[in-house]
Amino acid sequence: MSIDTDTAARVAKLARIKVEPDQLPALAEEFNNILGFIEQLNEVDVEGVEPMTSVTPQRLKRREDVVTEGDQQDKILANAPDAREGFFAVPKVVE
Amino acid sequence: MTELNKLTIAEARDLLRSGDVTSKALTEACLSAVEGAGALNAFVHKTPEIALQQAEAADARLKAGDAPALCGIPLGIKDLYCTKGVPSQAASNILEGFKPEYESTVTQNLFDDGAVMLGKLNMDEFAMGSSNETSAYGNAVNPWRRGNDDTALTPGGSSGGSAAAVAADLCLGATGTDTGGSIRQPCALTGTVGIKPTYGRCSRWGIIAFASSLDQAGPMTKTVRDSAIMLQSMCSHDAKDSTSTDLPVPDFEAALTGDIRGKTIGIPREYRIDGIPDEIDAIWKRGTEMLKDAGAKVVDISLPHTKYALPAYYVIAPAEASSNLARYDGVRYGHRAKLAQGDGITEMYEKTRAEGFGHEVQRRIMVGTYVLSAGFYDAYYNRARKVRTLIKRDFEEAFAQGVDAILTPATPSAAFGLGEMKDADPVQMYLNDVFTVTVNLAGLPGVSVPAGLDKQGLPLGLQLIGRPWEEADLLNTALALETAAGFVDKPAKWW
Repeated sequence: MSIDTDTAARVAKLARIKVEPDQLPALAEEFNNILGFIEQLNEVDVEGVEPMTSVTPQRLKRREDVVTEGDQQDKILANAPDAREGFFAVPKVVE
Repeated sequence: MTELNKLTIAEARDLLRSGDVTSKALTEACLSAVEGAGALNAFVHKTPEIALQQAEAADARLKAGDAPALCGIPLGIKDLYCTKGVPSQAASNILEGFKPEYESTVTQNLFDDGAVMLGKLNMDEFAMGSSNETSAYGNAVNPWRRGNDDTALTPGGSSGGSAAAVAADLCLGATGTDTGGSIRQPCALTGTVGIKPTYGRCSRWGIIAFASSLDQAGPMTKTVRDSAIMLQSMCSHDAKDSTSTDLPVPDFEAALTGDIRGKTIGIPREYRIDGIPDEIDAIWKRGTEMLKDAGAKVVDISLPHTKYALPAYYVIAPAEASSNLARYDGVRYGHRAKLAQGDGITEMYEKTRAEGFGHEVQRRIMVGTYVLSAGFYDAYYNRARKVRTLIKRDFEEAFAQGVDAILTPATPSAAFGLGEMKDADPVQMYLNDVFTVTVNLAGLPGVSVPAGLDKQGLPLGLQLIGRPWEEADLLNTALALETAAGFVDKPAKWW
């Protein structure tokens, strides 16, 4: 599997990371090196093996579906780059 | 009396309890050591005011006779831990200015036991790295040098600041986290002791997430006993982490008898890999002899899927990272890029993440995005998770044959020079974790113990891997190894 610059651009887009076009060939090459390393996994016979979902044999615990720590709007907004009138502010999303 | 910052946790505890030393004096000694160690770049956010307040409270508690082991002990905290009101930015520009409104469970446990926080410690950005060179704060520097050569060496990573701070006696102990070797590798490179406990022993709540199925917190200390004391406080069952396990935490220090007669130690043949320096092989053999001399039975074992651990890790860890790090979008906390006229929300995300994340973090997010993308999920991600099942099964079979612990080298080399790997392929850097990463994939406890010096005068470590939930027994074997190795060297002070 070889990654070309179009694929590298598509992955960058999916990851929401801006990559300048002149950087794409180097990025594609890095991906190819890493994926080349990962390709070794194809040598392993995984027939009938379950993919691991939990490394410890325990069921994921559940809690009551209730508010536990509500009513702290100020704390939640305290670190926001742009908070206005009790909301997170972002550029216009809907035209 | 020796300089107070050079004490071990156990020694300091005894002096604090007997009233011979106050936490205030101990804390001041550490704060002045921190002030004098700017060249190591280990502490990146210092909190002397908090430290002195906590020390005063600890002294009152000690006087009242209600003092847990860590009461009054000055520690450093890895920047990955959220600490209330104190910058916690995972050594990343994307979390610049972030001050959590809450405390991580592990640091809360430490503070409840009276521990003192000196400040936050340098690390690789989002714990992604093995040399502390991906940090937004710049490199942390190893206090150890190659003889009289003044080349700056890596303290390892990702918990490089923690390892440097403990090795240089800036603090009595430090917290680390370990996703693929990030406690054990830096400990090995700095002559310190560190344990990654069984997955689920320590709560991950409030520790900035990298790869959630692999991340575990653990202590980094000067001795095995200190690791036992600190781990005791860090472990707890926590409803806020659904993978935290509801098991009683044994008394780790009480289990330290140093008697390992009758124990069976496995030596995995697959860990003898090509291109490993003779000195690593030699120290591994010496460690084997030491455990044999201490009365353990040594057996050869096979962990046949070892070779596939690193490639499986470099699918699973980036996949989980790409998901975990999706939250850094410039909306709720940290950095937001300046936008141009007409930029919408997508441009805001893309510019913010391009500016805020360093190169290695971007690369891993994108590799993770790729292996999870439609059409490749089965070929990469599911296959890697199947291989992970096989890696865990290898260990289960070894333990089923009666093996109590497994002895391996901790790292494939001693500390290397900062910048030496700059032009290397990323995969070359990933090989640093070749001996440690299997343990994370299998969720097992692993401890790194300093075992000797190489020809250049740099420390080398050995790793012991234990059965799940048997940290007490593992630490006891580590104590036997530590005692036999008799490692007492310290770096000569140049900073």
